Amino acid sequence: MTTIQLVIQLAYLLSAVLFIVGLKRLSSPATARGGNSLAAGAMLLAVAVTLLDESIVSFEWIVGGLAVGGLIGVLMARLVKMTAMPQMVAVFNGFGGLASGLVAAAEFLSAGAEGTPVSLDASISIMAGTLIGAVTFSGSLVAFGKLQGVVTERPVVYRAQQVVNGLIFATLLGAMAWLVAEGGVLAGLEPDALYLGLWAGAMLLGVLLVIPIGGADMPVVVSLLNSYSGLAASAAGFVLGNNVLIISGALVGASGLILTRIMCRAMNRSLANVVFGAFGQAPGAAGAAGEVRTKADVNAASADDVAMMLAYANKVVIVPGYGLAVAQAQHKLRELADHLQSRGVQVRYAIHPVAGRMPGHMNVLLAEANVPYTQLYEVEDINPDMPSVDACLVVGANDTVNPAARDEPDSPIAGMPIVEADRAKHTIVLKRSLSPGFAGIDNELFYKRNTMMLFGDAAESIARLVEEVKLL
Amino acid sequence: MSGTILVSVYVFVLAMFTGFEVITKVPPTLHTPLMSGANAISGISIVGALVVAGLGEGLLFTVIGTVALVAATINVVGGFMVTDRMLRMFKRDTDASGPR
Repeated sequence: MTTIQLVIQLAYLLSAVLFIVGLKRLSSPATARGGNSLAAGAMLLAVAVTLLDESIVSFEWIVGGLAVGGLIGVLMARLVKMTAMPQMVAVFNGFGGLASGLVAAAEFLSAGAEGTPVSLDASISIMAGTLIGAVTFSGSLVAFGKLQGVVTERPVVYRAQQVVNGLIFATLLGAMAWLVAEGGVLAGLEPDALYLGLWAGAMLLGVLLVIPIGGADMPVVVSLLNSYSGLAASAAGFVLGNNVLIISGALVGASGLILTRIMCRAMNRSLANVVFGAFGQAPGAAGAAGEVRTKADVNAASADDVAMMLAYANKVVIVPGYGLAVAQAQHKLRELADHLQSRGVQVRYAIHPVAGRMPGHMNVLLAEANVPYTQLYEVEDINPDMPSVDACLVVGANDTVNPAARDEPDSPIAGMPIVEADRAKHTIVLKRSLSPGFAGIDNELFYKRNTMMLFGDAAESIARLVEEVKLL
Repeated sequence: MSGTILVSVYVFVLAMFTGFEVITKVPPTLHTPLMSGANAISGISIVGALVVAGLGEGLLFTVIGTVALVAATINVVGGFMVTDRMLRMFKRDTDASGPR
């Protein structure tokens, strides 16, 4: 090992350590920003020392690539709206997967060009890197399309879907085994052509794996693809024999897996059920059996009634759902909370893990509206206190406050943790209509005696509440 | 199976465990920044892309390397920057009343 190589390797080790320390600092909002900067610095270090590598002889493409990629990255990071964060993370996951897959591809082609025999380990690593990278790339693009609304959010299902996907996967495994064992020289079939086919097949598989998953299950998919992008980087690390790639990729892989598990638990569903279940493909099926209920069956309230109740309460809990973000009402909501707090009302927010479109999404949306994170509470922390809450304000949430999850063992969402809005002394629901949520089931909460419904657009309703509270 | 790959497997498995330990402690309120930050870290493939793009072994490799480099750079730069943008917004009770 030359001195330069030694320096490079030690710098990589330092980078890996700094990534771990940086992630560790993400365990508190107070230190998180410093942790992110530390990880960014570690990445800069890794890039800088890589440029010392003697095998790098031409720099013009490197400079160009860094400039183009950097510019696009800066623009995207600056311009993206916080509501669009899930689709941007999806795109970034895809790019990460693509980069890792291409590194594996370059290694495959260079071995072929030089005619050097590749070891079994390296060969397997190349195939794994290609498969994971390509699946991550195309799967992330479909996830982006769904979140952005370019591709239908509804699950796309067809007959024998899992059999077809299984066959494609088996074929890919066969092709990979052939490429590893024989170099792919099969009856005039060039290894490079077979390898190209592997890319195409893996990308097709990525698309097919994501299209059957419904819009509201996207938090799970984005988390899972996040994990894949990490594993793809690890696989590229195995290909290159580079430990910093292996370590960093493993950290991200672990992170994505943890978030995936948290999201699945928050919906009380198994990962297999999310990935293969095509949940929500038949909305209304469950509700159709019962009698049709209308607005006449609920307590429709006016803005001044609701304002009165909130202003004279001691404790108010706000339960935001994705509808809040869609209506862009989080800033108005904070204004309402400010007015209440200045009157001495204690205001807290109950955040369900799947309230947004990715893990922690709602927290970011509220942080953007300048809501202090110290006012945000997790479901299990707020529920015990619910009976002493005077007014619980539900904005744009539905399934996450549906008592059926707790009370009805037969419900499709049975066992899913919910914010127990129904246990508050009074519940106020801001909603456009009585339409069911994503799970397609009726919500008993709306029909309870101590529930008031304030119909209308969330942003407009909250604006009216602010005006009414000011008058009191 | 050669010794080198075995060492790599060791490194991978231990790093996974480290990841589980460290990331389990991240509170839900920071899960989105965690994801975008971790995402930026997975752009570490940029290291591999740099080498491929700079090998000077013909057009094919340069093109593959450069495409990988652009993709990884977007991932890294965009990921860390947007994470910073989000984390800047997180405020405690005390400083929330002040100007943004």
